[in-house]
Amino acid sequence: MANSQDVLVEVQDLQVHFHLHEGVVRAVDDVSFTIHQGQTLGVIGESGSGKSVSAQSIMGIVPSPPAKQIGGKIFMHLSDNGTGYRVVNLSELPPKGNEFRAIRGKEIGMIFQEPMTSFSPVHTIGDQIMEAILLHIPNVSKKEARERTIEILRRVGIPKAERRVDNYSHQFSGGMRQRAMIAMALSCNPKLLIADEPTTALDVTIEAQILELLKDLQQEFNMAIMYISHDLAVVGGVADEVMVMYLGLVMEHASAEEVFENPLHPYTQALWRSIPKIDGDLSRLKPISGTLPSPFAVHKGCPFFSRCDDRIVGVCDMARPPLVEVKPGHKVRCYLYTEQGKG
Amino acid sequence: MLAYIARRLLMLIPILVLISMVSFFVIQLPPGDWVSTYIMNLRTSGINLSDQEADRLTAMYGFDQPEYVQYLKWMQGILTKGDFGYSFQWGKPVNDLLRERLPLTLAVSIFALFVSWLIAIPIGIYSATHPYSLVDYIATFLGFIGLATPGFLLAYILAWIFFRYFNFSTMGLFSTAFLDSPWSWAKFADMLKHLILPIIIIGLPGAGSTIRVMRANLMDELKKQYVITARAKGLSELTLLFKYPVRLAFNPLFSTIGWLLPAIFSGEVLVSIVLSLPSIGPLLLRATLAQDMYLTGSIVLILSTLTVLGSLISDIYLAWSDPRIRYEGTSK
Repeated sequence: MANSQDVLVEVQDLQVHFHLHEGVVRAVDDVSFTIHQGQTLGVIGESGSGKSVSAQSIMGIVPSPPAKQIGGKIFMHLSDNGTGYRVVNLSELPPKGNEFRAIRGKEIGMIFQEPMTSFSPVHTIGDQIMEAILLHIPNVSKKEARERTIEILRRVGIPKAERRVDNYSHQFSGGMRQRAMIAMALSCNPKLLIADEPTTALDVTIEAQILELLKDLQQEFNMAIMYISHDLAVVGGVADEVMVMYLGLVMEHASAEEVFENPLHPYTQALWRSIPKIDGDLSRLKPISGTLPSPFAVHKGCPFFSRCDDRIVGVCDMARPPLVEVKPGHKVRCYLYTEQGKG
Repeated sequence: MLAYIARRLLMLIPILVLISMVSFFVIQLPPGDWVSTYIMNLRTSGINLSDQEADRLTAMYGFDQPEYVQYLKWMQGILTKGDFGYSFQWGKPVNDLLRERLPLTLAVSIFALFVSWLIAIPIGIYSATHPYSLVDYIATFLGFIGLATPGFLLAYILAWIFFRYFNFSTMGLFSTAFLDSPWSWAKFADMLKHLILPIIIIGLPGAGSTIRVMRANLMDELKKQYVITARAKGLSELTLLFKYPVRLAFNPLFSTIGWLLPAIFSGEVLVSIVLSLPSIGPLLLRATLAQDMYLTGSIVLILSTLTVLGSLISDIYLAWSDPRIRYEGTSK
């Protein structure tokens, strides 16, 4: 798979389990995907679908223990001074080691869901952004780092950045904090930005501004974005490709148009039916039946079986369906699109 | 910041006035006073004391005046001459007694506090970053033992061990050889040797609770988002730990400096009695029993003042360390 020049991150058969007192949670059970340079991958899923853990695995910040990566490889393609590129298997690097730390924050930036608590309350915003620059950019003086910080704060739309740089996080509003967070993530020109529900805690108008900002910055910095959300509309607005996750498995993966125009998996279809459409009729929304199974449950068959409208008893509950490419670029994990289901 | 400190210092004045009143009047609450007890003791021991003579004694010590006059005279002495009054029981000025004992007591208390932090903070940090590890369990166990063992019991046990195995008597402040000798380096070293044990014994319960507090605070902080943010920047774990969560975990610890002082003094009384240390604790105990009111009042007043000053120090530290406190009311 790793032949294409524009591949940035390649995740293969990732498996991350959490060993808790109550049992084992298979947070990420079988996840493979590719992020291309300069493209946006949208990841959709309910709480506990493994979308955040997948992202944290790329970043090497999965809380371990209790989490443990059971299997899989994460390849990152790093450019070597423009002469070519080398491929690093991130999952083989010690997460706290120097090599991984040189990539974390430099090649991959990350923004989080909670802008309110993302910054230390007792250090200035500027100090915390400068820290990343001083850490990753060689031979940069404190003065240059500070100027660069002001510049990037100005770029993400902080007014009077030269004064705001010395503020503490409690002097920033939620939207401003998320902007500052983006500034921190972008301060070293990363090739990949992981956005883990960055607008969930913000109100809708601020959300639109942040999304607009991310799009502009993506163009400007030519970076890839892995955008995680449970909000279908948001993902549809930003993503080139969309991956739908459920209980640690990739259920469907296709281009954004395909997933929205022609969803194949019953779970994706059910998700679509559960959100209001601006041009649709005013009938009642149809929720997905049943509830999310316990995270400790072990599913012999398809984990969505108990809630699925199209389930085939005797097939779907017997073995886990494989992820198959039904059309070029459109993968789905469902027996309806395999020989067993059709027969 | 300066305005904040100035405001806090001004607020101290009414607090200290109230404390001085309470310390004086509470001591007078039990029936009787030092002179009437003294006169009664004289009479029961067979001395024929006339009523005139008794009145003369009462007037001499100022007990014929109303209590508020006694209080005002006492305060006047303290404020104008730094004179804390006269101890009837010891037959000498309170100032002399304090001069003998206060420096030693303060030194022991402050050293005990430092020793307890020196032991507890590194252990607490290690326990919080390696929770449920073997070292954490051992630290937790020892911490609870330290908390639960009464100081005087520990004093007896350690004093016996020192005497039995090192042939060194920890009783008192000096070895008998130095008791009457003038100050010299050897005497100073001898005093330090005698002080190690009380410092450890008085500091140990504090260390036990500090381990628990530090561990709990730090574990709370480590879960917070800003730690993950800092990690996502690529910081090394050690830099990250000490720059962010440890600094925030200190705040609840330092904010209680003021309360530690009275706790150390009350814990110190029994230990000092056991180790026959000439410190403030036993002095206060005896003065209270004898209704030696100026001495008791002065000690309570000084301890309260130190406690209030301790709180002020914690508040200044917090305001310096946490901008959320500093900017309160001055900006949005």
